Parts: sequence; C-alpha cells; structure tokens
Amino acid sequence: MTVRSTLITLLALSLPLSAHAAEPEAVTRFGRSEAPYVLLARSTTDIALVAPAIESFVTRFPDHAVAYEQWGSNDLYEFERAACAVGSGAADLVISSAIDLQVKLVNDGCSQPHHSAAVAALPAERRWRDEVFGVTSEPAVIVYNRALVPSYDIPASRFDLLDLLRRPDTAYAGRVATYDIAASGLGYLFAFADSQQATTFGSLIEAFGRTGAIATCCSAEIIEGVETGRYLIAYNVLGSYALDRADDDDRLAVVLPRDYTLVLSRAALIPKHAEHPGAAGALIDFLLSTAGRAELARTHLIVDVPPDDTAQLRPIPLSPVLLVGLDQQKRALLMSRWRDTFPEE
Amino acid sequence: MCRSARCADLGISSLPTAEGASASLSLRLAGALILLIAAGGTAVTFAAFAYGRQAAQQAYDRLLIGAANQIAGAVTLRDGAVVVDLPVSAFELLALAPDDRIVYAVADPSGAVVTGYDDVPFPPAGRHFAEGRFGGEAVRLAVVERPFAERALSGVVRVMVGQTLRAREDLARQITRNALAVLALAAVLMAALTVFAVRSALAPLRRIERALAARSPQDLSPLDVSVPREIGGLVATLSRFMARLDRQLQATRNLIADAAHQLRTPIAAMRVQSELAAEETDPQRQSEIIARIHDRSVNLGRLADQLLSHAMIIHRADAEPQERLDLRAVAIRAVEESDRDLLVSDSELRLDLPEDPVRALGDALSLAEACKNLVTNAFRHGRPPVTVAVWTESGIACLGVRDSGPGMPESHWENAPVRYGRRSGVSPQSAGLGLVIVDAVAQAHGGRLRFRIADSGDFEGAIVLPAPEGPA
Repeated sequence: MTVRSTLITLLALSLPLSAHAAEPEAVTRFGRSEAPYVLLARSTTDIALVAPAIESFVTRFPDHAVAYEQWGSNDLYEFERAACAVGSGAADLVISSAIDLQVKLVNDGCSQPHHSAAVAALPAERRWRDEVFGVTSEPAVIVYNRALVPSYDIPASRFDLLDLLRRPDTAYAGRVATYDIAASGLGYLFAFADSQQATTFGSLIEAFGRTGAIATCCSAEIIEGVETGRYLIAYNVLGSYALDRADDDDRLAVVLPRDYTLVLSRAALIPKHAEHPGAAGALIDFLLSTAGRAELARTHLIVDVPPDDTAQLRPIPLSPVLLVGLDQQKRALLMSRWRDTFPEE
Repeated sequence: MCRSARCADLGISSLPTAEGASASLSLRLAGALILLIAAGGTAVTFAAFAYGRQAAQQAYDRLLIGAANQIAGAVTLRDGAVVVDLPVSAFELLALAPDDRIVYAVADPSGAVVTGYDDVPFPPAGRHFAEGRFGGEAVRLAVVERPFAERALSGVVRVMVGQTLRAREDLARQITRNALAVLALAAVLMAALTVFAVRSALAPLRRIERALAARSPQDLSPLDVSVPREIGGLVATLSRFMARLDRQLQATRNLIADAAHQLRTPIAAMRVQSELAAEETDPQRQSEIIARIHDRSVNLGRLADQLLSHAMIIHRADAEPQERLDLRAVAIRAVEESDRDLLVSDSELRLDLPEDPVRALGDALSLAEACKNLVTNAFRHGRPPVTVAVWTESGIACLGVRDSGPGMPESHWENAPVRYGRRSGVSPQSAGLGLVIVDAVAQAHGGRLRFRIADSGDFEGAIVLPAPEGPA
C-alpha cells in the first residue's frame, strides 16, 4: 500500500484574500517518493474528500505520484489562465467545481484534448470537445435541522420552501441561508443554472428578500449554521459537503428537491502546456472507471440517487452556454438584481 | 482428310484456346472502367468537397447570424451606455455546433468593446463575414449591426459572433463521404453492368461456337444462328467460307470419283492388251497390239491432263481473286490455244465478237480453259464449222460455242456434265470430263452452263455469267 504523505500544509487561510495571492490553500503528495512521474494536480476539492480516490490511483499505477494542490476556484482560474498565456507553470490536471470557469479555459484554448474509451462513454452533458470532463456527480440540496424543523415543515421541493416563507409571521424568517453569489462562485453558478431552469427561482429570491434570508459565503459556514440551529434551512448547498457532514451529525438532514435537483459534475481538464498529459489522462480515466467511481462515492463526490428520483435530476451541462454567466455585463445584471434582494450590510 | 472424331479432337485441342483472348478483352474493359471511375471519382470528389464546404459554410453561417441577431436584440441603452443582457438561447443556438469554441463581442458606436472578448478584432466595417484566429484556432466570424438613433446614443452597435470550424469541417467531410459512397456504389453498379454487357454482347458468339462445335465434321451447311446485326456479317462470312469449302470438297470428291471411274477401265484394258502382247508370237499381230496400247496410253495421258486441269481450274475458280475482264479477250485466247490437231482447216474455227467489250468478273485462265473444252467437244461430237461467240443478253454476259451438228438430245441438257462425265473413258475419243470442267467453272463464277439450239439452227453450249455490278 502506498502511504499518503502526511504533510498537509495549510497556507492560504493565513493570507488576506484580497491580495489574490496565487498560492494553493493546501498541498499534499500521494505515491512513492521515487516514482518517475509526478503528476501536478490542482483542484478546488478538499484534499480529504479526494484522498481515497487518488491513493487508489497511485496504488494501481506505482510509477505515478500525485502532487495535489488545493486552490480557491477563482485563484485557480486566474493562475491557470496566466500560465496558459505565458506557456509555462501550468498544472498537469485541473479539477474545479467552478465548471463555468473550466469551460472558459477550454473556450479560450487553454486545454488539450484527451481521447479514451472512458471519456467516449461519458454522456454529452459531461464532456465538451473531449477537453473537459465531468468526473463527479454532486446534487445541489436543501439541508435542514432535524431537531428544529418539524416533520410537516420539511421542504421536499422549492414550492414547499416558498409556502413556508409565505406564511404570515413565519418562524423561518431570517433563518434560511443560501450562498452569497457575490462571494461564492459555486453559489453564482447554481443561481445562474436555477434562473435557466424555472421561474420558481425568481419567486424564491423575492421570498428570500422579503423574509430577510441570509446570504453567506461558504459551504462550511452554512452547514455549521444549520447544525447549531442558527439557520433552520439552507438552500442550494453542495450535496457532497452536506452528506459528508450528515454522516457524522444526526442533526443534519438532506433533501433532494423534488421539483428538480441540479447536479454539478466537477470538471477536469488537461492544460495545453501540461508536462505530463498522458499521466493526467490516466488519472481522468481512473476517476471515471468503476474503481475510481467507487472511491469518489465513499466521500459523496458521487451521489448515487435512487432510480425513482433520477427523473428530477438536472445535470448542469458542460457547454459553452456557461459562458453566458461569465459575461461581464450579464454578471453585473445578475449581481445588481441580487443586491436588490440582499442589500450589503 | 480428317474424318474420325479423334482426329477432330486433336485438331481442336491443338488450336489456341479462346481463354487468353477473352481475358484480354475483359482486362481492357476493366482498365477503361478503372480509368473512367478514377477520373470521374477525382472530379466528383473535388466537386463534392467543394459543395460540402459551401453547404456547411452556409448552414453554420446562418447559425452565427441567428445567434448574433439574438444578442443584438438584447442590446439596450441605459443612461446612454450600451447594455447587453446576453441571451442564453443565443449560446444554445451556437452549441448546436457541439464541439466548437465560441468568441463574441459587442462594440458600441465608438468601436469600444462593451462586453465579450476584446482580443479578436472586428472585421472591417460593412463586412458581415470574416475569417479570424482565436486561441490558436481558425474561426469564422459573423457581424450583425444594430443602428440606434436615441438622444443619448446615435450610431451603430456591432455584434460579432464567431465559432471554430470543427462542425463545418465535420459536415463537409460527411457530405463528401456520402458523395463518395454514392460514387462507389455507382462504380460497383457500372462494373456489374459492364460485366453484364460484355457477357450478353458475347453471348451470340458463344451461340455460334456451340452451333459449330455441335456439328458433324461433314456438315458445311450455312449457319442458322440468330445473332444481332453487329455480328451478322461475321456469320454470313463464315457461312460463305463454309460454302466455298463445301464446293471445293465436293469438287475434290467428284474429281476422285471421276478419276477412279475413268482411269480404272482404260488401265485394265491396257493391262489385258499388254498381257496379250506378251503372249503373242506373231510379230505382225504383236506390233498391232502394241500400236493399240500406244493409242490407249496417249488417250490415258490426255485423260490425266484433263483430270489435273479439272482440279486446277476448279481450285482456281474458287480460290483466285475475281478480276474485271472482257469476255472477248477470253474467247480470243481460247481460240488461239485450242488444239490445232482437231482442225482440218483454220476456217472451221470462227470467232463471233461484238464491237463493245463484254464485261464480267472472273478468272480469265479458267474461263479460257472451259471455253477450250467446249471447242474440243464441238469438234469431237459436233460438226464444223465451229464458232466461238461472245454476247450479252439483257445484262447477262455469255461465252458460247456453236457447231453445225445436231447436238446432244434435249433430254440430256439438264444433267449433261454428270451423264457424260461418268461415262467410261474406254473409247479413245471419249474423255468426257470436258463438260464437268465447264460446268464447275460456270458455277464457280456464279453462272451456269446452258445448252440450246441457237437462232441460226446451230447447237450451242454457253457459259452464262451474271454481269458485274458497278460501272464497266
């Protein structure tokens, strides 16, 4: 068995975010120290969640070691874009939950194609141009506090949530949380996808504004708030983190909204100037293989939905349509609408 | 002669077989077909490729224009500034080219890029399509203009949308590939048609081959095979050739039969007389017998001459090329070469010639020989004076010999050559092959031997020939 290097360096948390330091938040290394190929993977995924899969990979491919850097999604995008422009410094593999930014990297010609049977078998919405591939399957869920939300109030869908917020003197006023799309790229992506799916989202935003819902930055903070009872319900939380925490904490409960459930598939791409594109391709193929999928499922990076509920799943497709959300003016318009609902303090 | 079946087999197997010839015909056709398909294929490939490119270009240009129009429709003015609420549907439209990267930009009337990519330059004003480069790849760009005439802003907002060329190239390739598939199908069909055409075109030849192979060696009758007009000539020529062969075979058979018939009796008689001479003791009688043997042998010599000239003339009549000749010259030659021994005086042999030439097609030598035979017969069996005459009867050329005798009985005219030809040559005077030769020569020239009593009351034997076609 290959032993994961125990060295996990936490760097970025100590640095001021406004400085946009092009530095990873954490770094670790998998595989034998004398392995001839050292694959540099940069990802937004927490090391703890992805470690089982990558350890399994370096066990199966002892010639490969993986240097894993955990980045913030915007920093990662900016860094890789700069590397693409100068032609050096690129990672061998970039995996990001900011799939719109990944699509933009591909659209701007900063990636290279990877062809294999595994990627050819992917459904169309999980690959684009054979250059970016969806490797995970994570639903956007509603999380609630089991102790504080009575069973008849459990929101099974967005309509239920709307109804809860419409009640006069509702107990949920100011106790519902969601991502602040100005601060969270993932929240913005989900909001953009929601706005394409249904008009329900407009009503929901309006209800959030009316009842003083909380918009905050990060998955961890939102989930912790629900655990402690500061928030009763959280909307559009990334399922992988919520389920991971729910495993350890009985107070948390997770709902896949019945009207529709967005599914995010973290996007992997091989930068154009990658030094080990073959090894990166091998890692992608492994993550898509049965063994790789099983490892990802252990940490809820792949959520297997019961077959009865699959009809409600709406994967966010890897397609150039995501570029619309990144358009400067489109973004400004969405942000100004958001600010109308959640005025900055 | 080759009569047995075994002999015939040997003869056929020693001939070159038809395989080589037919293979080379197929090869030649295959070569021509390959050339045709290669040339046509190259032309069609280029045409299909050009067409495919054009069709793909048009289809995806419309996609670009459609997307650009949607974006242009979403352009509004807010506080005098150009604002674009980029429509998702425009990008969904562009995503119909599923693997192509997208570049877009919106420029205000001053030319400044309001939103989108500012690193791909707009095409020159007035152009709606252009080629460009984006992120290391070639792109096709489309531009839509939307004029504004507001208080706050007056001028043209330009929307540029571009895509890489992957879908276009795929479609062009697909169209080309389909065209080539059709071409390949056409080539196969053409090849099959050609094989069929060659087979069916050569089928009549195979029928002829079968008809000939099925025949007995003796059967030289005309071919009765239904064939298309194109090879009717071949069959007619074959039939004519076999008819000639048949005539020569028949003549040879007749000659052998005649010779056997005519030679056997005089040779037997000479043998008997020579035995008599050997046993005769009286020198007087012995020398008489020897004189008779001499007469017989002279006669036999003449008979042999006749037989050989018969064979030679019949062969010539069939084999020699026919030439245009004047029958008057033939008559003069016959008179000059006639056996002078027969004549009592020169006045007994006369010529009766017209002033104008009498044209005929034929072999002068055999015709003269036939005429000489008629003269000899006239002297031997008729009564002088003998006249060699040439004339025409309503387009038919005639070469005749008349004598003042009563002639042969009219009942013998019909088959005189056979009747007299088979008569035994025992008599010194009777060398009856003369008429056989005349008849054979006449037939070889397409004419006949005709007997009649002439207007002058003379008995006349004449060779009647069809006049030659065309100008004299």
